[in-house]
Amino acid sequence: MSRSTESVATDPTEWDYAPAPESEAIGRVKERYLPFIDGKFVEGSGDDLVSVNPGRDEPLSTVSTVSEADLDTAVHAARQAYEGPWSRLSGAERGKYLFRIARGIAERSRELAVLEALDNGKPIKETRDFDVPTAAQHFFYHAGWADKLQHLGHGPDPKPLGVAGQVVPWNFPLLMAAWKIAPALAAGNTVVIKPAETTPLSALVLAEIIADADLPPGVVNIVPGAGDVGAALVRHPGLDKVAFTGSTTVGKQIQQTLAGTGRKLTLELGGKGATIVFSDAAIDQAVEGIVNAIFFNAGQVCCAGSRLLVQESIAEELLTRLRERVDTLRVGDPLDKNTDVGAINSRSQWDKITELTRAGVDEGAELWQSSCPLPDKGFFVAPTIFTDATQTMRIAREEIFGPVLSVITFRTPDEALAKANNSPYGLSAGVWTEKGSRAMAMAARLRAGVIWDNTWNRFDPAAPFGGYQESGFGREGGPSGLAAYLDTDDEALIG
Amino acid sequence: MSETATGVVPAAFADVVADEVRLRRFLDGLPGVDPVALEQRATALATRSIKKQSKLTAIDLAISMVDLTTLEGADTAGKVRNLVRKGLQPDPERPDTPRVAAICIYPDLVPVAAGALAGSENTGTKINIASVATAFPSGRAALPVKIADVESAVAAGADEIDMVIDRGAFLAGHYGKVYDEIVAVKQAAGAARLKVILETGELATYDNVRKASWLALLAGGDFIKTSTGKVSPAATLPVTHVMLQAVHDWKRATGEQRAVKPAGGIRTAKDAIRYLVAVREVAGPEWLHPHWFRFGASSVLNDLIMQRRTQLEGHYWGGDYVSLD
Amino acid sequence: MSIAVAKTYKLYVGGSFPRSESGRTYQVADAGGSFLANAVLASRKDARDAVAAARKGFSSWSKATPYNRGQVIYRIAEMLQSRAPEFIELLITSRGVDHAAAVAEVDAAIDRLVHYAGWTDKLAAVFGSANPVSAPYFSYSAPEPTGVVAIIAPTDAPLLGLVSVLAPVITGGNAAVLIAAEADPCIAITFAEVLATSDVPAGVVNILTGSATEIAPHLAAHADVNALDLTGAEAGLATELEGVAAGTVKRVYRPKGRPDFAAAPGTVRLRSFLEIKTVWHPTGSPSLAGGSSY
Repeated sequence: MSRSTESVATDPTEWDYAPAPESEAIGRVKERYLPFIDGKFVEGSGDDLVSVNPGRDEPLSTVSTVSEADLDTAVHAARQAYEGPWSRLSGAERGKYLFRIARGIAERSRELAVLEALDNGKPIKETRDFDVPTAAQHFFYHAGWADKLQHLGHGPDPKPLGVAGQVVPWNFPLLMAAWKIAPALAAGNTVVIKPAETTPLSALVLAEIIADADLPPGVVNIVPGAGDVGAALVRHPGLDKVAFTGSTTVGKQIQQTLAGTGRKLTLELGGKGATIVFSDAAIDQAVEGIVNAIFFNAGQVCCAGSRLLVQESIAEELLTRLRERVDTLRVGDPLDKNTDVGAINSRSQWDKITELTRAGVDEGAELWQSSCPLPDKGFFVAPTIFTDATQTMRIAREEIFGPVLSVITFRTPDEALAKANNSPYGLSAGVWTEKGSRAMAMAARLRAGVIWDNTWNRFDPAAPFGGYQESGFGREGGPSGLAAYLDTDDEALIG
Repeated sequence: MSETATGVVPAAFADVVADEVRLRRFLDGLPGVDPVALEQRATALATRSIKKQSKLTAIDLAISMVDLTTLEGADTAGKVRNLVRKGLQPDPERPDTPRVAAICIYPDLVPVAAGALAGSENTGTKINIASVATAFPSGRAALPVKIADVESAVAAGADEIDMVIDRGAFLAGHYGKVYDEIVAVKQAAGAARLKVILETGELATYDNVRKASWLALLAGGDFIKTSTGKVSPAATLPVTHVMLQAVHDWKRATGEQRAVKPAGGIRTAKDAIRYLVAVREVAGPEWLHPHWFRFGASSVLNDLIMQRRTQLEGHYWGGDYVSLD
Repeated sequence: MSIAVAKTYKLYVGGSFPRSESGRTYQVADAGGSFLANAVLASRKDARDAVAAARKGFSSWSKATPYNRGQVIYRIAEMLQSRAPEFIELLITSRGVDHAAAVAEVDAAIDRLVHYAGWTDKLAAVFGSANPVSAPYFSYSAPEPTGVVAIIAPTDAPLLGLVSVLAPVITGGNAAVLIAAEADPCIAITFAEVLATSDVPAGVVNILTGSATEIAPHLAAHADVNALDLTGAEAGLATELEGVAAGTVKRVYRPKGRPDFAAAPGTVRLRSFLEIKTVWHPTGSPSLAGGSSY
């Protein structure tokens, strides 16, 4: 075998990528962020919170939070805006504001991508290529609906609901805010939205973009705070609509709280999605699909494919390939452009993942973890695969919300279906097979709101997203997502 | 199928090539390739950010992997001699620039290249002579003609033979015919390493690329190569992914390492580095060597040289400062 | 004159007419306050049995073709038509309405069933969508039934109200456990006889008689019930049930006021018990010559 040239000094097979960190300065992190109420950035009267950079376990910024009195102000401002300028605008004019916001996000996309990676811990690759552009796309999509609501099939002049209270999670901070705000405004509502306690920054930059777009004051109010603020917001009597994305536990509390209020509710809750791989699958792409299903955003995704159901006849072959592939994932600095898996968002989430991983070991599943080195600081978890898992184990039933995959085998399509559907959740499911009829038949019988055939974690504002059963109700995206922000109750009443 | 066939096949696959029926069953039974997911992976890997020393290392590695190619009807001895000079010293202003891996030419020009390269192995890395053969690029000739083509190239001093498969036979499902031809050519090539050009642009689907890759590996090809450069599309990242996966899988199954060569369409240093990323992450780091990976290209060399200077000297360069050929 | 054979009103569960496992009954009065019949006072365990039957009914009904579901619902209309005189008489006796009003209600109930019979094979076209996603995928969204729906039937318009709440639920492919209006079990169970002779698979509709206040909380808490229709629940009970339903994230439909069943139905009752499922499938390019899909 010929040797390489002298100037390739080292062994070329040791060629690796130099650190390629995006500059932190691009994120323009401020020392302090303020709530956005009635068109102004104002000091909240709650206690300040410190947002932590989970990639380094260091404080990132301080955020002023709101009190219940501030919430009253915000809801009042939203009501004034709803009854005032916002409802007098034509749909076309509302749409133009939304188009402006879409453009504003695109123009500040690099800054937002860095800020989001710093605040959330997810890799810059994802914020740059997914979170931020998709957030802009959501505003662009819904902007176009604002003057076309009469074509939705809910009558010639469907009405908005009024003031929407919205609570979003920390896993896609900017994108979830976009999912909530864009359809609400397009339908003609005004909003009070609470970003997550650990990831409030990008929503407050979105507030700047909204302010720069000259939206009438009070149309969008962004109120940072912890869970208590969220609880106070959703039970606020001044709301007409509540939308929540987060855990099933909190979702149930909200649904209970709203009993009897007549307020329209959308819940996007947890999941325990199953990827089903048949023996005839395009095996290398199935491996990619599994990796995407559970290691995208370090598995901190409600629709993550956290269960792998693999046909027994190819289980060994698939797992060999899967482990090889997962071993190439680069875990580390969220700002490094070559990082595939970033940090876990918070210490408490890291603790939860660690606890459930330990439970998996204790229950007898076989643990495998990627050999990728982890940074010394920050909240990192090595990509983890549990084989020999069974339906009864906690790791196969509970939502881990981390980079932990549980592998279960099956023999027949019926067994795969039974196991996949054997969960109180019903958000996502997917099938890998080269046989079209099987893919469609499985898609029809899987009890989940989103079915990904030969793919996973695909999102588009034109495609409705939401769950069955305890994964929630109501949809986001597409015509049905928009309907969630309109009064669509068309039953005739007496008197 | 020919008796000689089974001789070169690792034990794990001896029965696969025993007859045409079994060969077809095996190839048609390979897992399918999902184009969308494949292309997504290729696109995602292409966003790897390669900077600083890592980039310089990659550029030198890429230069050392180039099969500097001229395959024109208008080729002359002078053109080939110029190409050899370029290959030996890609950047005269920076003599530390590595030599290319090989000069790739038509068989009748092999003696010219051999003459021009004579003695150069004493002053640095040996540059191989790669010759296309087997009625390149269409492959439309009788087998004895193809064999004669190969033998003449080897006799004239070719170290490597770049053959084309019979795409017509492949698409008609006559896998045994394609297989036998590769085996025969391999035999005729003797000690020369055999590159099997699949001409992926004519195979039409990724499924076929995977089948043809396995067919060439089973038949003893030392390299699997994407394209002649005469058909569009030539090399693409997703096609190369499929082939890199094939040699990776082959090694896992047999323990044997085989090489890959994308050819055609690779024009910039950025392109080349994207291929190296794919080599590293799909096949594995052990393929990051000119023995195991080549670029069939010509114009990419100048861009690599310019980028190399940019890395070393900190400013950009223009085409006028780098020699043609 | 021979003595008339009085009907024994039982429950309708899993296609059969069982008595309550508890053996309990209650007396139903006619419009004049006289004894009309004994009806079954369903228990918690009857509700449990009804849910189990509905789950079975759901598995076949949800897989039936839309055309088939439409034909079955149309068949219900046919059967109701053929038994119209019986319902007219029952409405007059039990509610004291005049003949014209009774005829109008029965006719309206028949028309309502015909209306929904024509909906089954349009749901996906009206409530689904082909999603123009910006990536190489075919993405579509289509409605699917929610599952087992517990219905508290309204107390007014005993036949038309019952049909108006039940029909949209089964039209969507759901199975129902319906608690009949406490005062009108005879109409509900007579309607069950219509269902039983209409090719409706066993378990698709289950009818309990008795007290909603007693039974409904068990249904609202039952983890195998997926949705509630609170039309017939009085305000306090409805709010209590809404809260209980949150325990398993049930879908709840609660009208904003007293529905006017004589008016043309909208679609909210259909939509309330449909789930939108979005399916993605890669498309890409069929050939390398077509270029990359990216």
